[in-house]
Amino acid sequence: MRRTWQAAEVSAARPETATARTLRLRFPDAVSGVAGQHVDLRLTAEDGYQAVRSYSVAAWVPPHELELTVEELDDGEVSPYLVTELSVGDRLEVRGPVGGWFTWTPDLGGPLQLIAGGSGIVPLMAMLRSHAEARSVVPARLLYSVRDPGSVFYRGELTVLGQEDTQVTIDVAYTRAAPDGRPVGRLTRDAVTAACFPPEDHPAIYICGSTGFVESVASWLVEDGHDAGRIRTERYGG
Amino acid sequence: MAIPTSGFAGRRRTRDVNLPPGQYATDSFPVMSAGPTPRVLRADWTFQIAAGQGRTHQWTWEQLQALPQEDVTTDIHCVTHWSKFGTAWRGVSLDTLFEDVESGSDHTMVHSYGGYTTNIPLGDLLDGKAWLVHEFDGEPLAAAHGGPARLLVPHLYLWKSAKWVSGIRLMDQDLPGFWETNGYAMYGDPWREDRYW
Repeated sequence: MRRTWQAAEVSAARPETATARTLRLRFPDAVSGVAGQHVDLRLTAEDGYQAVRSYSVAAWVPPHELELTVEELDDGEVSPYLVTELSVGDRLEVRGPVGGWFTWTPDLGGPLQLIAGGSGIVPLMAMLRSHAEARSVVPARLLYSVRDPGSVFYRGELTVLGQEDTQVTIDVAYTRAAPDGRPVGRLTRDAVTAACFPPEDHPAIYICGSTGFVESVASWLVEDGHDAGRIRTERYGG
Repeated sequence: MAIPTSGFAGRRRTRDVNLPPGQYATDSFPVMSAGPTPRVLRADWTFQIAAGQGRTHQWTWEQLQALPQEDVTTDIHCVTHWSKFGTAWRGVSLDTLFEDVESGSDHTMVHSYGGYTTNIPLGDLLDGKAWLVHEFDGEPLAAAHGGPARLLVPHLYLWKSAKWVSGIRLMDQDLPGFWETNGYAMYGDPWREDRYW
């Protein structure tokens, strides 16, 4: 954990969706962390005005880089700048990584149950990437709830993971519009139950999304008989 | 060191003196918690102060309601960088609850339904600095925000204001609670940006 601010340079940027972008940041010194952690970003205007926000790390790219994925918020002060203005070669300041609870490392075992709502996929994607890099044999399932097909982050990578990694199962649920032949609608308790490891498997469960999403899903899983102590949550918002 | 970020203008040109460093003001009330929301019925709810050597003080929901109630309007600051100004709460001052508690201990561990813990120096709970609150904005406190009752210690980062609080245990030495063992500061003063280890 670095408590001091480090200058980092944007080494690459790519759109994930129409409103979200992945930024790769390069540091002068080596950086490392575990899946699920976040970093603080500090932006400074020319007149000295500063704004600080926390973003989940999507990928660790050793030894000098990490990636964040930022979704543009309608009335955001920082996210529209990060998604639409910040350019490769620009610099900003970073502190962290931070967080020791909403994290997963391969030695923690599983089964690993990940449940994402919208941009809540970001820290869970870091966990799936950690799982893949370690060639973990821990069974893992991801349930990813999105508005429509155009809202899926990491689409190509998730498709490959789901097809090629026999330990990983990926289910995408669509709430507003779906590809042909796929159901559309509010995520239901039955759909969550069907896409999750059963309570008797004692999965380690990570849920990330909006407050309403996390509240609903976590409550259903507790009612299904999952141990509340095995359910870790993180909510975005504010 | 502060390097300018190319092209970043920001929106708020004057810094509010009520905003601690590294914070931004929000009108919403984000929910942060580590796990599922515990569902605690008022009929089953109790609050305990354990002063050591078996001296335990306990209140039921009805007993809490019978104590003098205070209305508190205060700013709150979350370590995830948002602050909310002028939040309105109603509850019982910790001074009232500690009135008959005898102890030589200087530290406390706050416990919650669901297993959450956080450590707070006893001095930070007394002298009008902390409350056990059960209403927000004139309404019963919602479960997602810590209902039936949560602690309110507004001069520290909000993770110290434990939701679903069930009791306070006095301790002779300062020991870390849940977030304090997971990367966050022992004390958590927003004005000194005491966020992380």
